[in-house]
Amino acid sequence: MSDIKLAPAPPGVEGSGFFATTLDKAIGLARANSLWPLPFATSCCGIEFMATMGANYDLARFGAERPSFSPRQADMLLVMGTIAKKMAPVLKQVYIQMAEPRWVIAVGACASSGGIFDTYSVLQGIDEVIPVDVYVPGCPPRPEAILDGVMRLQDIVKNESLNRRNSPEYKALLEKYGIQTYG
Amino acid sequence: MAKLDNNAVLRRLQGRFAEGVLRNVTQPFGLLTLETDTTALLDILEFLKTDDELQFGYLTDITAVHYPELEKEFAIVYHVHSLVNNVRIRIKVFIGDGYPAIPTATVLWDGANWMERETYDFFGIQFVGHPDLRRILNVDDMEVFPMRKEYPLEDPNKIDKKDYFFGR
Repeated sequence: MSDIKLAPAPPGVEGSGFFATTLDKAIGLARANSLWPLPFATSCCGIEFMATMGANYDLARFGAERPSFSPRQADMLLVMGTIAKKMAPVLKQVYIQMAEPRWVIAVGACASSGGIFDTYSVLQGIDEVIPVDVYVPGCPPRPEAILDGVMRLQDIVKNESLNRRNSPEYKALLEKYGIQTYG
Repeated sequence: MAKLDNNAVLRRLQGRFAEGVLRNVTQPFGLLTLETDTTALLDILEFLKTDDELQFGYLTDITAVHYPELEKEFAIVYHVHSLVNNVRIRIKVFIGDGYPAIPTATVLWDGANWMERETYDFFGIQFVGHPDLRRILNVDDMEVFPMRKEYPLEDPNKIDKKDYFFGR
């Protein structure tokens, strides 16, 4: 008997020969277990993420088998490292190029708040330019912490309404960052 | 070839330039250092570069220091290196008077181009005659010269050091 665990089924009505749940839950389950990561690494947190991707910590267990390196085919932007103000437009451009649905994890102190770089040339947290779903503390965080951040994001994705991306709140959030919305 | 002695460099310079042009000659940590003014600067640099004996062919760095308490508040610092004679020299020029301006060294070294852009970027020093004097490291729309002492080092958007996060 294999010890591989399958993703647990969402709550629903089960009977002989059928299982009924909501579309939200089914889609959320699929999305949460195939989050394709886009690493945006500028410094030491990126090195920790490389360990996270590797065989020992094995990010692929969570359905993130394929680090994308192309924003078009990615769901989960992981920003790791100090983002200088000159880098901010590049990061924003990468975020805009990602297709919906898209989520962002700020990995480490620098991406979350500027970290030790309390200076005029460094962005004091990437949430000054793009919306962030999960913040991972640490300087740098260990791979376990990054994995925990990914699992917290899976919780968000599983419980997110399908319509959230069309909701006025979401559009208002993006417009607050000056990011164009469609539909 | 043996290292050229600091005093030999100084004698060579003093043989060419008048006493008032080469001021405050010191040798901290064995590095020959002298002050001059904006009018004599390019002559001295050109002499150092082209003189057959000295051959200071390599411009190591151009930078600046801000001394807000001085009347001439900006020191522009030139480090020049003679690869042939294995000796370095440091030349300082103090300027101020509201509009800090100094002739460009790009006429002698092309490598001075980016060094002067950096010094302009951080201190707002105007290098007169520079072919393309604009910011090089900081964001283009920055409105201050951040290494001047009157501008704060810290970013005003920093919030995670606020007292209320620590119960103060």
